Amino acid sequence: MSFPWANEYKPSHPLMKWVDEKLPLPRFVYNAVGAGYPVPRNLNYFWNFGVLAGFCLVLQIVTGVILAMHYAPNALVAFDSTEHIMRDVNWGWMLRYAHANGASAFFVVVYLHIFRGFFFGSYKAPREMIWLLGVVIFLLMMATAFMGYVLPWGQMSFWGAKVITGLFGAIPVVGEPLQIWLLGGYAPDNASLNRFFSLHFLLPFVIAAVVILHIWALHIPGSSNPTGVEVKSESDTVPFHPYYTAKDGFGLGVFLILYCAMLFFLPNALGHPDNYIPANPMSTPAHIVPEWYFWPFYAILRAFTADFLFFPAKLMGVLAMFSAILVWFFLPWLDNSPVRSGHFRPLFRKFFYVLMVDVLVLGYCGGAPAAEPYVMISQIATAYYFLHFLVILPIVSSIEKPEPLPYSITEAVLGSDDKAALAPAS
Amino acid sequence: MTRLIGILVGLFFTVAVLWAFATGAANYIAEPPAATAESVYHRHPKELHLQSDGPFGTFDKQQLQRGFQVYKEVCSACHSLSHVAFRDLAALGYNEAEVKAIAAGFQVPGIDPNTGETTTRAGMPTDYFPKPYPNDIAARAANNNAVPPDLSLMTKARHEGPAYVYSLLTGFQAQPAALVKQFPEAKTPAGLHYNPYFANLNLAMAPPLTSTDQVSYGDGTKATVDQMAQDVAAFLVWTAEPKLEKRRQTGWPVLGFLLFATVLAYLAKQQVWAGKKDKKKA
Repeated sequence: MSFPWANEYKPSHPLMKWVDEKLPLPRFVYNAVGAGYPVPRNLNYFWNFGVLAGFCLVLQIVTGVILAMHYAPNALVAFDSTEHIMRDVNWGWMLRYAHANGASAFFVVVYLHIFRGFFFGSYKAPREMIWLLGVVIFLLMMATAFMGYVLPWGQMSFWGAKVITGLFGAIPVVGEPLQIWLLGGYAPDNASLNRFFSLHFLLPFVIAAVVILHIWALHIPGSSNPTGVEVKSESDTVPFHPYYTAKDGFGLGVFLILYCAMLFFLPNALGHPDNYIPANPMSTPAHIVPEWYFWPFYAILRAFTADFLFFPAKLMGVLAMFSAILVWFFLPWLDNSPVRSGHFRPLFRKFFYVLMVDVLVLGYCGGAPAAEPYVMISQIATAYYFLHFLVILPIVSSIEKPEPLPYSITEAVLGSDDKAALAPAS
Repeated sequence: MTRLIGILVGLFFTVAVLWAFATGAANYIAEPPAATAESVYHRHPKELHLQSDGPFGTFDKQQLQRGFQVYKEVCSACHSLSHVAFRDLAALGYNEAEVKAIAAGFQVPGIDPNTGETTTRAGMPTDYFPKPYPNDIAARAANNNAVPPDLSLMTKARHEGPAYVYSLLTGFQAQPAALVKQFPEAKTPAGLHYNPYFANLNLAMAPPLTSTDQVSYGDGTKATVDQMAQDVAAFLVWTAEPKLEKRRQTGWPVLGFLLFATVLAYLAKQQVWAGKKDKKKA
């Protein structure tokens, strides 16, 4: 499971020896995120975001559990109880802003983590399972975040819930009964709010469980690295602790500065003003928009404005929106270039940057009103999105001539590797 | 095989969305979206500067007291302030006796201790501001079929909230003749009032602040319409977020600490990695 040169856990204190015999939990931690886990020595700062995502999950669970002690999941009082937290609960305003902005921070670091994976080919063999579990985590995060946004029971909560559950209504035959079953009624109401609260409390713990699987799967091949060249010898690695605990500590500091600047000085910048209006089923907001982290997918949903063959426009939009994420599951098999890192893939690299811009454009259009020119721009961007993953990547990976790779990580870092001279030329 | 199916699925979505694009573009050329009265005449809020703006902003308690006075004497006739309790007014600089006196000036719903019948009684500091109407139907009946919204969160519930409140209160005017000429169907209906800062240009609220010295300020400030509008906007910033000052006062030491801790973390990282320096760059 690990490299043969990994440090071994050797408890010296009698108590720790005793614990190690009965339940080797300290040994487990030592091997997982301690000195017993050898990690490539050349990781750049893009490798900080996994740890930061883990931090965000813990932050959300801690603030969320405390908020749940003061929040009342009932359609009659949910909005007022949220304001009660803001005004009368000691430090309640800080907890709520920490939780709301924590969700945004979580998505920022996870999006960077995912794009790190796109660029450096982290999804490729032997790391497919890590990637698949990562996509599962992302889907769970989206469900959790969506249901969390419903809880304050403001206008955007209500209408967002109505639009998103309405998507299931587009499914042929079973759509309408399914939608009613999901909501527990014909429109979002107390039954919906209660189940959303229940699931919003449950899912983070499911996420935590899948995160454990994600890290377990990571420890079998070990971490990837910016060259994409696999670890060959001990000189390619350093122990996770203290090298990467120190580096992640610095990364966490930078993250916390940005996060706290938002929390204390711009806490509502990423929210929508309409959610400070209590939910009103009789009054539809002028523009219903989800939170920013859903904008790219919302743009894809709205891009399908015309019926196609025998697919109604709404169904096409729903299929496309879900496919836009599900396509990530197939990434390890769509891109079969033997080279992992974008640093050595000149053609892939160009398309990667186009994809990055494309997703930002989709995000901008998703947050804009459903009017021209945004709809037309999002249609072009949506076309590129699907072309990129499903057509361009498979073709590029077949026709591209990658640049020469370094012999080893050590050579990439130090400029030479003594063992390279002994190895047969490749 | 995976890639072949992938390419087919990818082309399916691409063709479908490009078909939607072509249809949309054809419609757009055939029938370009027409201008509406709102798209031409709706205006962005005016500039408003308050002492509570910016990362160092604090509340101007004198101004909040004046704004409260405007709310009490003008707005409260129709608008509730349901998230604010009288006890909260201590934050505006009123002492305990003053808060008690203000609360006692309001009649709040109560229960007769002898009969159990609902009644009203003088407010106490623990009470919340009473609602002006018993329910939405009564509110609609009295206001041209519109419910006056609660004001507690108003400055957070609109884009550029404080400037919006200020602009709306000072933005009432006669409907421009050019507007009616261009969009005859957009003529302000009877009973509504034209205001370019309101999303659909016509609102049920009559201009509430109409003349100088409509309220008489105790601190000698001249109560012009503009001044009263600014003061009530400032007051509503406070009602929407009474913890605003505390939030910023907490934020600065937190950022200071984090900056210090991050510098230490950086130095620790440099020291740990000293032996593993990238020799190519050295």
